[in-house]
Amino acid sequence: MSKRQSAALDRKKFFGDPVMVITIIVLSIFLALFILYPLSMLLVDSVLIKGNDLYSVADYAGNADPVYYTGDGAVASQDQDQIFALLRSPDGSLPDQYAPLYRSTGFFAAKAQLRDTRGGAKVYLKVVNSQDKTAYVALDELDKVANVPLTYLPNNRLIRDMTGVDPAALCVHIDASVWTLDTFPRIFSDYIFNNALKNTLLLGALTGIFSLLIGLLFAYVDVYVHIRSRFSKKLFDVVSMLPVVSPPFVLSLSMILLFGRGGLITRKLLGIYDSDVYGMWGIVIVQTLTFFPVVYLMLKGLLKNIDPSMEEAARDMGASRWKVFMTVTLPLMLPGLGNAFLVTFIESVADFANPMIIGGSYDTLATTIYLRITGGTYDINGASAMAVVLLFLTLFMFMIQKFVLEKKTAATLSGKASRARMLIEDKSVRYPLTVLCMTISLFVVLMYIAVPFGALFKLWGRDYSLSTRWFEQMFHEGGWKAFQDSFLLSIIASPVTALLSMIISYLVVKRKFHGKGLIEFVSMLAMAVPGTVLGVGFIRGFSGGIFRTGFLQSIYGSGLILVIVFVVRSLPVGTRSGISALRQIDKSIEESAYDMGAGSGKVFMTVTLPLIKDSFFSGLVTTFVRSITAISAVILLVTPRFLLITCRINEYAEKGEFGVACAYATILIAITYTAIVIMNVVLKYFGTSRNAKPKKERKARKGVSSNAESE
Amino acid sequence: MPNQNKSPKGVVLDHISKIYKDPKTGKEFYAVHDVTLDIAPGSFVTLLGPSGCGKTTTLRMIAGFESPDEGEIYLGGEPINALTPNKRDTAMVFQSYALFPHYNVYDNVAYGLKLRGVPKDEIKRRVTDILALVELSGMEQRMTNQLSGGQQQRVALARALVVEPGVLLFDEPLSNLDAKLRVQMRTEIRRIQQTLGITAIYVTHDQSEAMSISDQIILMKSGVIAQMGSPTEIYYRPNSEFVADFIGECNFLHGTSLGTQQGETRVQLPVGTVSVATETAYDAGIPCEIVVRPEAIIIGDEGMLPCKVELSCFMGSYQNYHVRVGDTLVKITDNCPVNKKIFQVGDSAFISFDSACAHLL
Repeated sequence: MSKRQSAALDRKKFFGDPVMVITIIVLSIFLALFILYPLSMLLVDSVLIKGNDLYSVADYAGNADPVYYTGDGAVASQDQDQIFALLRSPDGSLPDQYAPLYRSTGFFAAKAQLRDTRGGAKVYLKVVNSQDKTAYVALDELDKVANVPLTYLPNNRLIRDMTGVDPAALCVHIDASVWTLDTFPRIFSDYIFNNALKNTLLLGALTGIFSLLIGLLFAYVDVYVHIRSRFSKKLFDVVSMLPVVSPPFVLSLSMILLFGRGGLITRKLLGIYDSDVYGMWGIVIVQTLTFFPVVYLMLKGLLKNIDPSMEEAARDMGASRWKVFMTVTLPLMLPGLGNAFLVTFIESVADFANPMIIGGSYDTLATTIYLRITGGTYDINGASAMAVVLLFLTLFMFMIQKFVLEKKTAATLSGKASRARMLIEDKSVRYPLTVLCMTISLFVVLMYIAVPFGALFKLWGRDYSLSTRWFEQMFHEGGWKAFQDSFLLSIIASPVTALLSMIISYLVVKRKFHGKGLIEFVSMLAMAVPGTVLGVGFIRGFSGGIFRTGFLQSIYGSGLILVIVFVVRSLPVGTRSGISALRQIDKSIEESAYDMGAGSGKVFMTVTLPLIKDSFFSGLVTTFVRSITAISAVILLVTPRFLLITCRINEYAEKGEFGVACAYATILIAITYTAIVIMNVVLKYFGTSRNAKPKKERKARKGVSSNAESE
Repeated sequence: MPNQNKSPKGVVLDHISKIYKDPKTGKEFYAVHDVTLDIAPGSFVTLLGPSGCGKTTTLRMIAGFESPDEGEIYLGGEPINALTPNKRDTAMVFQSYALFPHYNVYDNVAYGLKLRGVPKDEIKRRVTDILALVELSGMEQRMTNQLSGGQQQRVALARALVVEPGVLLFDEPLSNLDAKLRVQMRTEIRRIQQTLGITAIYVTHDQSEAMSISDQIILMKSGVIAQMGSPTEIYYRPNSEFVADFIGECNFLHGTSLGTQQGETRVQLPVGTVSVATETAYDAGIPCEIVVRPEAIIIGDEGMLPCKVELSCFMGSYQNYHVRVGDTLVKITDNCPVNKKIFQVGDSAFISFDSACAHLL
């Protein structure tokens, strides 16, 4: 049997549709460039070590007048075009080299030449300035270096005249790359890394377990127990939404405000003067409160799918309510519980902001990587290797969750409940459970209220009189610019992400082409990549241009790269909601438009997009909220040109100026909350729910709820 | 009326095959194998068969959603294998209607015309005309979910008709309707098709639908054409047990030919001999099979073959019998049983049939 004809015909038809071909190509380039490439650069950096071959420049080491050589070592006449400097190893361990240089542009300025002669090696100049700061500077980039040799101008006379610099110390650093796996043994024997890894895993497990317990409690009460008061129902709803729409570190801030050394509760009410919220338990509490709503929403859906008659059958045969829960409900939910645990685990492991603010000396992988990059050591190979470890950790969990547990969950609980459940009226069950949930809810609400008050009180811990000084300080110190920048960048990222994710979902669900699986996989992959890992990847990938060639170098440090990070970080969420929306749409609706004479682009714009506009719109808002509250990746990429709210909050919290941090956080919460309210109003009045599909409202919320996976 | 200035197109399938891969075993198999068809312009042709017989795949290849692995499809004489669905002069009515839920009736019907850049006032005229034809005048502003199943079906039909396609494709369009509406709609579809003189290819698994609506039926089985012909040919002259059984209920009696004389073949059965009208001659001694429909058999106290009644059931318009003739179970539909003798279970009786009503395989 030859399948050749249909394959050829399908290809012909496919290429007869230029809109689609161009879309797929552009999309593939985008995904490859901004997801696959940075991650692969991390892999490369973790195994590729740049060597440290040091040479001194012979003439200067000897304080003699410069003598130039030809490529083979003979003394060159001054008027010859191509001249070389003699390089000598200070300790004589390396053979002499002749480095080509141009007199016209400066001392050593012949990177391209040297590359040709030495197969990819690069020349650096070791420069020392008056403050005794040393740096290796690539010679062709000397004029770009701002902070090192202030007296330096790229010509040899000035190097000689630099005060406090021994010309003999001017060393040429020849960069010889070595492929090695040494970095991994090195970091695995590094105490800091091992400790961070242990901390991260312990934190993930604890947060996972506690979130699971509280989430399960809330879900069970919501689905099984008759709640009388409408207030508590409303409260549960609000509490499950709050952590989802708020910036990631709000709870950390309020934790410090309420329970820290100067905490309102610990110091003022309980009189404890040495309470320490910093450390593991602080992070566990904060993360649990942040992530349990996600578990709650997941488990609620599962519990609703359990057919009540199964449990009634067990009750009928004489099982107690507890026995029914343990023998019927729980086993049915087991894969779902595992799934929820892993989702929380991944989020906890990837979380950057909370460990940063409340972790104290309890470092996790995410914060350790950040410190390796931004701290004094600048151990790029070590940081890359750590990022690779973190990436594989989350990827592994993600794969288990995605391909094992999600399938099992679907297999055991795919049916719909046959009829409404008899809610538990029994007071001995109802009261304790409801009271427990109420307590947790009120606690969460209290945590949120603390933040605006933290911004309004004059001096937290000492002077609880109202003042606007923190807001004034905020706007005085670049607050307005921070809001402008954050808002602008997020608002640019939103439509791009929403449209992109709808296009990806359309291609994945509705079209057949080679490489479709790859597009789906890569866009989902971003979900499992912690922000810190992505941030390091972007640094490695784009700081010297693509593959260090300088191509696209200008996007590094620009606003564009921040927008791209926002897009990449939100893409999986939008795509997931788009895919589930599209799966509900009958394939033949688009086929009929296609059959009627519309091309792919036309079908997408006139039929597909209008049908999933709810999903599109919620993707718009979700991206906005996720972007404006994002920190883990952007904190590594942001430059002084842009002030971002989240980075400012982190900065002030680090400095201990919680008043200003709270002022920022308050306004940020106000912005995100407004966005959510606008979305709900729009979805309610202009959504397709009225005439197309009934289950819309839940989906819209689900789209937003995924926001919690951000940091 | 629309479609006055555009002539219907014929469709030719020239040795078409489609190969699929079994997702479980990974083995390739022919979903459609070497199908050759010549559909005359203006005719109504039905692809009939059980599920999985390749009829829908064939239709989707004509529409362009699937590409054939072998052979070439011609529409109005032009080869169209390499054309995408939107470039083909076909319009399809889908099983699920596939109406655009975000458009009202008018916009749904006007969709294809807008794509073709037809001027606004002409769109209005043509949409109004076609809605009148499918008896939906006045419903222009309704959203599609405010329509009943039958009305949605009419909108889908109007949407396909209004672009005046060279050939109209139907993919089991009536299977989502209730039985009564189905009968009504199929007459309607036939009426509209005849009014417009359009070429129509219709896929269904419902044999009564196929027989009532088509000029020609193409019965398919596991990717190949089992038989094609007019409804009466297929019903009374099935060429295989499969065809006979698929088109209505059927009885099969195994016997041996005793030779053909004057267009009648004598067949020796274990319990007697009968004669059957045949077009071709059967030599004596050849094993053969008599195909006879339940309504063609007469049960009585006298007849050609003795039998024993095993089931006797009053069905209203007819009496349903299962009788044992030798070892063979024979189903009988005895119409209008009011004044006839009703046999009870266990009774002995005789059956007989007109030689012209039976068919020999």
